[in-house]
Amino acid sequence: MKEPLLKVEGLKKHFPVRKGALGRVKGHVKAVDGVSFSVMPGETLGIVGESGCGKSTTGRLLMRLLEPTEGKVVFDGKELTAIGSEEMRKTRRDIQMVFQDPYASLNPRHTIGKILEEPLLVHGVKDPKERKRKVREFLEIVGLSGYHATRYPHQFSGGQRQRIGIARALMTNPKLIIADEPVSALDVSIQSQVLNLMQDLQREFGLTYIFISHDLSVVRHISDRVAVMYLGRIVEIAESDQLYEKPLHPYTQALLSAVPVPDPGFVREQIVLEGDIPSPADPPPGCPFHSRCPFRMEVCKSKVPALSEQETGHSVACHLYPEEARGNDNKTLVTEGSL
Amino acid sequence: MDSRQKVLGVSGLRTSFFTDGGVVPAVDGVDFDLYRGEVLGIVGESGCGKSVTSLSVMGLVPNPPGKVTGGEILYGGTDLLKLNERKMRKVRGNEIAMIFQEPMTSLNPLFTIGDQMVEPLRIHRKISKKAARGKAIDMLRLVGLPRAEEIMNEYPHQLSGGMRQRVMIAMALICEPKVLIADEPTTALDVTIQAQILKLMKDLNERLDTAVLLITHDLGVVAETCSRVIVMYAGKVVEEGPVREIFRNPQHPYTEGLLKSVPDMRFKQERLDPIPGNVPRPGSIKTGCRFAARCPYAFGRCLEDDPDLYETGDGHRARCFLREGKEAGAYEGALAEG
Repeated sequence: MKEPLLKVEGLKKHFPVRKGALGRVKGHVKAVDGVSFSVMPGETLGIVGESGCGKSTTGRLLMRLLEPTEGKVVFDGKELTAIGSEEMRKTRRDIQMVFQDPYASLNPRHTIGKILEEPLLVHGVKDPKERKRKVREFLEIVGLSGYHATRYPHQFSGGQRQRIGIARALMTNPKLIIADEPVSALDVSIQSQVLNLMQDLQREFGLTYIFISHDLSVVRHISDRVAVMYLGRIVEIAESDQLYEKPLHPYTQALLSAVPVPDPGFVREQIVLEGDIPSPADPPPGCPFHSRCPFRMEVCKSKVPALSEQETGHSVACHLYPEEARGNDNKTLVTEGSL
Repeated sequence: MDSRQKVLGVSGLRTSFFTDGGVVPAVDGVDFDLYRGEVLGIVGESGCGKSVTSLSVMGLVPNPPGKVTGGEILYGGTDLLKLNERKMRKVRGNEIAMIFQEPMTSLNPLFTIGDQMVEPLRIHRKISKKAARGKAIDMLRLVGLPRAEEIMNEYPHQLSGGMRQRVMIAMALICEPKVLIADEPTTALDVTIQAQILKLMKDLNERLDTAVLLITHDLGVVAETCSRVIVMYAGKVVEEGPVREIFRNPQHPYTEGLLKSVPDMRFKQERLDPIPGNVPRPGSIKTGCRFAARCPYAFGRCLEDDPDLYETGDGHRARCFLREGKEAGAYEGALAEG
């Protein structure tokens, strides 16, 4: 049996809310509140959810760009949550990130060559010729040209800038790439170019992706498995086809039914949810979704449902589904879910 | 289509921006008609001129550097481009209203929702404060906001994004305009909230018979809300037609490419089929078909001459030489073969 490349257990991030002149902690925003999943080498895990669900915070916690409040992240056999910052820095060559806004994440005063050399310098490639050669090589890999190295970010279009962002992530030969809304800022016709590029690179370099997005169509296209988040928790996780064809959680069902489909003849029953997403600073007790759920029961108001496996690899956190399948050891279930 | 009442007729509209780098024609000869009670979509990618078109209709193009340099916008027999600012102000918000993408930036944070709701009524109608307030509360209820009376006394920051967009819609519709222009009204919202707002806009369009001009980049939103659609590319209309026709049987290679490049949530596709190249900067292409450089079917003439909009079916037109002088459907073969 293959070992997962990344294993996350009970990950939490609570941001303190300070108020008053003395700055006393008056509560916590539970941005991520007990998230567990694992990712196998070479696969793409999509994380979807609406704003404030904690998907981006999860991405940042994995790289320890934010320090987790609780929980464990094991990457390639190493417990990232237990190592010092220097060792973490070295490990980051294996985990790279691609951000949403390719303009904000490239220094406007540096040439593309300098931007792409930086990760090599940090991770100890001393020979300048070797660095220049690699910069040219990776520019070509992402569909640009070697001569682009002397230009500045503002000379590129949004799509080209995102290619540069991807090239930068690839420079250190990482195993895992965390992509946070990598195509959301791009035009429709450019989005598909970048998605194709990411798929080609995955095949060529054997990359593992965590693909964070609010766009359910894009996530289905690129992911092998998908986790749906709501108010800091995973409410459903399954193989991509299973999740989209047979969603179990009422939130997933509503979410999927709300996505506009580019086909005017397509008829379906739309579940339009009432109300807004509650604030993560003051989440409702019990199931976080119960305030908007069309199937809410008495138990949902008081008890938080645990993630339980209903079918092989398909887990859901909802009281509508039987308890038995749940078992006591949540962690094993989640791990099995990834195989 | 002719039996329907035309409320807005735009023809030959040109809007340019006079910048240090030269004159940029953002909207380059746009024609379309908007009929009573319909939802007309304008789709296109960034820089195609869809937003500048709507700002031109509202007379809100920032000047300088922007200026409407040609064409006419007929509303009820008058050319809006010929009206002075004072007369235009009587049209804006009263006859033609607009909602924007970001509801937070279009509401004044220092005034209560009530103050802002009542303002258009007090300006455009001779109506008492009390009556205006009553009407505002009715409108807030109409757009599905709970506890309307309380919201009247609240400030924009106290509302969520979805609620703010409902307030914007209520405010836009309070004077019962004949035309509502919605520029990316749901782009800043989450999908579940987007579904609520689109449903609301469709309901109100049917109930109040307001014609809606919906500007968006999202083909899914167009498919679900519009009856007709205009596809824009680099400042020009490249295709126009009924929504079903455009999606089932696109006549312009750009529309075809756009439809092929979006992932569809209902299926797992192995690979997407993107349009090669980049979205051109406005004004960067001066001769020939604006799409020629990215078009898989382009031939010599496309680089030299500017194609017209050719009729390809009932109310369906496309700006492509492949459609020139051909009966509808006759050139299917040419497109399929490439």
